[in-house]
Amino acid sequence: MRIPISALIGLFFTGGFFLMAVFAPLIAPYGLAEVVGDVWEPRSADHWLGTDNIGRDLLSRMIYGGRTTILIAALATVLSFSLGSFLGFTAAVIGGWIDQLMSRLVDLLMSIPTLIFALVVLSVMPVNITTLILVMGILDSTRVYRLSRAVAVDINVQDFVEAAKLRGERRSWIIFREILPNALSPLVAELGLRFIFAVLFLSTLSFLGLGVQPPASDWGGMVKENKDGIVFGIGAALVPAAAISALAISVNLVADWVLNRTSDLKGGRGG
Amino acid sequence: MLDGLRLHPVVKLVAQRIALGILLLLAASVMIFLGTLVLPGDVAQAILGQSATPVALANLREQMGLNDPAWQRYLHWLYAALHGDLGTSLSNGRDIATQIGSRLGNTLFLAFWAAVVAVPLAILLGLLSVRYRNRWPDKLISTLSLASISLPEFFIGYVLIYFFAVRLGWFTSVATIYDSMDLWDKLSAIVLPVTVLTMVILAHMMRMTRAAILNVMQAAYIETAELKGLTQFTVIFRHALPNAIAPIVNVVVLNLAYLVVGVVVVEVIFVYPGMGQYLVDHVAKRDVPVVQACGLIFAAVYIGLNLIADLVSIVTNPRLRHPK
Amino acid sequence: MAEPFLDIRNLRIEATVYPPGEPARDIVIVEDVSLTLEKGKVLGLIGESGAGKSTIGLSAMGYGRGGVRIAGGEVWLNGRDIMKGGNRGFRRLRGKEVTYVAQSAAAAFNPAKRLMEQIIEAALKHGVANARQAEARAVDLFDRLGLPEPESFGRRFPHQVSGGQLQRAMTVMALVPEPDLIIFDEPTTALDVTTQIDVLAAIKRAIRDTGVAALYITHDLAVVAQVSDEIMVLRAGSKVERNTAENIINNPQEDYTRALVSVRSITHEEKRPTETPILVARSISASYGKLVQVLKDVSVEVHPGQTLAVVGESGSGKSTLARVLTGLLPPFEGEVTFAGRSLAPALAQRSKEDLRELQMIYQMADTAMNPRQTVETIIGRPLGFYFGLSGRKRRERVVQLLDEIEMGPEFLDRYPAELSGGQKQRVCIARALAAKPKLIICDEVTSALDPLVADGILKLLLRLQKAEDVAYLFITHDLATVKAIADSIAVMYRGELVRYGPKSEVLAPPFDDYTDLLLSSVPEMRIGWLEEVLAHRKMESAGH
Repeated sequence: MRIPISALIGLFFTGGFFLMAVFAPLIAPYGLAEVVGDVWEPRSADHWLGTDNIGRDLLSRMIYGGRTTILIAALATVLSFSLGSFLGFTAAVIGGWIDQLMSRLVDLLMSIPTLIFALVVLSVMPVNITTLILVMGILDSTRVYRLSRAVAVDINVQDFVEAAKLRGERRSWIIFREILPNALSPLVAELGLRFIFAVLFLSTLSFLGLGVQPPASDWGGMVKENKDGIVFGIGAALVPAAAISALAISVNLVADWVLNRTSDLKGGRGG
Repeated sequence: MLDGLRLHPVVKLVAQRIALGILLLLAASVMIFLGTLVLPGDVAQAILGQSATPVALANLREQMGLNDPAWQRYLHWLYAALHGDLGTSLSNGRDIATQIGSRLGNTLFLAFWAAVVAVPLAILLGLLSVRYRNRWPDKLISTLSLASISLPEFFIGYVLIYFFAVRLGWFTSVATIYDSMDLWDKLSAIVLPVTVLTMVILAHMMRMTRAAILNVMQAAYIETAELKGLTQFTVIFRHALPNAIAPIVNVVVLNLAYLVVGVVVVEVIFVYPGMGQYLVDHVAKRDVPVVQACGLIFAAVYIGLNLIADLVSIVTNPRLRHPK
Repeated sequence: MAEPFLDIRNLRIEATVYPPGEPARDIVIVEDVSLTLEKGKVLGLIGESGAGKSTIGLSAMGYGRGGVRIAGGEVWLNGRDIMKGGNRGFRRLRGKEVTYVAQSAAAAFNPAKRLMEQIIEAALKHGVANARQAEARAVDLFDRLGLPEPESFGRRFPHQVSGGQLQRAMTVMALVPEPDLIIFDEPTTALDVTTQIDVLAAIKRAIRDTGVAALYITHDLAVVAQVSDEIMVLRAGSKVERNTAENIINNPQEDYTRALVSVRSITHEEKRPTETPILVARSISASYGKLVQVLKDVSVEVHPGQTLAVVGESGSGKSTLARVLTGLLPPFEGEVTFAGRSLAPALAQRSKEDLRELQMIYQMADTAMNPRQTVETIIGRPLGFYFGLSGRKRRERVVQLLDEIEMGPEFLDRYPAELSGGQKQRVCIARALAAKPKLIICDEVTSALDPLVADGILKLLLRLQKAEDVAYLFITHDLATVKAIADSIAVMYRGELVRYGPKSEVLAPPFDDYTDLLLSSVPEMRIGWLEEVLAHRKMESAGH
């Protein structure tokens, strides 16, 4: 099997970002909240990326910030994914009024833009990591629900599933042995896309001051902290913003590859 | 109910879809209202914080009418909102409807110009992509769109500010507009935010346009037209376009709905005096009536646009327009 | 002998394919094919799927579908090499000198435009006629091809017209610009037989009346023999043989042609009904939802080790009958007895033994197998599920079953995507056999296959029936298949049983009207069949 270069680049950087998140305390040269220099010092041997708006080492903040961003986004993705795919599969296989009820509820949740709905909720909820994960995970599970339900409905009407039903197979065999293996690749690609969405969404909330609260900080929050430097020609805010973009692009490249490789039910080996 | 009237199927479907839209909007208003109810404590607690004295809490609850049952408060709120009364702000005591009035205008102004730039551009790029399918222009466009889907608005925004406002000094970093400005000044003030919004929705719109056109161009009736010896131009304009319009309009309208979200962040980046900025400020202040009012308006616009997209595909469907 | 006006020399056609995740590559579709055609003559191009027949036909218009392009050879039309004219030259001949009739007229008409506008478009574009003349010609042709209300027919939209009518309208569209050559690309394949004969007759009449030449592309030799002067047999992009229609049918030179001609010549000794049928369906009525009743009071029997063929066209309810018998659609009236015991109406209430003894094989073997399972898993699952076999024992039994369907143990680890169409259907048969059933329901199991492959499957099914003493309920629209394998026949029409009994009785006169129509519509592999049928029908209708 040949992996295209774009996917290799994506895999390499995605892996790099995750390793960085896991080993943050070992890699970071300075502490998270340690003030080590002047405000917005330029790049130097001591501070590879310079310092931030109150004189903390930007590289160290980036490493810790990446850890926060990736951790929260990953947890939100796990939540949205397990919730959405479980309910989606259940709705597709059971059908009937349960399917109708859940699908209409999802329609309703999706009738309000996610960011707006999140802002409404965050205007009254205490803003902390648990709230963020719950809000992001639940709101985004609607999209996973729609996809997994659609995929499962498509597979469920195929003759091979009917053949299994005629054989007398149990529902668990049909879900796990007949439907799931064929739904895997679109779902894996979707996992990547949902993670990107979570990263961008969290960053946006933090950028708006409604996400991760100081002194802890994620990449979006760091953009907010350093954005006032831009008008003085100080690009510190661009560093975390670029990191978010790089992470999103890397994951996108991988997801794109997974999606293209097995876009339908024709594939045999692999997957 | 409508069955007995023997209405034209298009009229019937349109009426059904509009009714559904209204129902959805009502349900959304309930959710926005509920969204501020399901919390530990209540709004008064949230505003005053954990350390508030019981007396202060009781006063605020009285003032906000929090002692009435929730459904009563909802009906009150909805009734007032339908009559243009969005209540008063908790943080500054001003009338919300008046404050929103001019800001909504500014936001629509920004979104309108973003759409004016993005829509033709997206359709053009989509057409190019189809024309040079699987060749380098298509690949380039799809790579760029993959990248731009991954970029957060504030990255594009600050990069533009950094280079075009700070380094080159072509534009201002803050997009201030006020009523007394003439159109030209207003337009030059919003060049950067419009660029950001354009880039944000362009990729999605272009990808979906490409898919919609490809779908039509691969239809057998396009081959039929080509085998009549028609020119490429005639094939596209007489045979492809009538069938592609509905999906393309659909794509455009759905992406305008994306604008609703993009505009919130872009306004914050450029300190633009619109609805998004207003909403974000008051979320931080926990000014619930303002947040509810803004949320309702954003939701209404979003639901309205989705409704239009559906109506277009109903009205342009020949099978529905000319039933058997 | 007249000068040929179409002369294709040493044609070579290539295509670029884009497999997902792999670099694009070129493949050869047609290799070194030459043909000539005189004015007013009809040449039939025949071959199985992948023979390149449509591609060759379209090359006469300088047209390639998708990534297909003419890579070598010359195409001479009316004394000039059209490959030298470029796109402009192509546009000048398409729709004027050469026109095209597609397989699916339903997809080939633009859904957003009225029929007349599309039908006269080419004539207007090429300046052959003005709008009034072209419309008058179209109306005249509507009338001659038997379309209803010829004056107003053109004002309809494509979706307001039936499939058979659309196919005739497409023929009119090809005739209006008065071309020299029409390419008919499987124009009747998507139609029911009783509709096909009308369209076939209309096409033949149109060709005769206008003196146009035609390339008639199809996979059905019996059909092409009715309309062609000459026939060219193609296989895998190359010519097998070319001769007059008469000689191809009566005196084929090549083995491959001989096989095509003798297809469906399987014979089968009819068995008499026994005292104890394995399956009895009594007064079955069923419907989807509350509104549409698709089965009305149907009663049939299947006898052990014998085949009941259920025949009917689309909408006859024959597939619904299968759904009722398998328990997927409980009937609202009637009951089914199987091996002497009453069968629960719904699948969920049936015992494992009932399920095991009643197996099913599907039309599309492609979708009937899980693409993520190997052949061993697919055939082995019923063995494990019903008989608790596992490990080495199971594998041995799977190999044994593979042997019965004439496939070797090397297929054990293959996935469905790695099998040919015929192999896929064989694996599905093995999966059904693995359950040691008493009855197998075969739902159009050969209709998606090429004729020679289908023949092989039918022979296999007959051999297995003898060896395993299994009964078949064989659902099909193809009467030739029915004649080949059935012991008894049930003819269905619009949800009702119109004729039922042993094969020899059902296929012998006197017939009811529908069975007569159906039987006489099936193309026979002989020259002049179409004329005979049409003449016979004319006499009958005059007699009434």
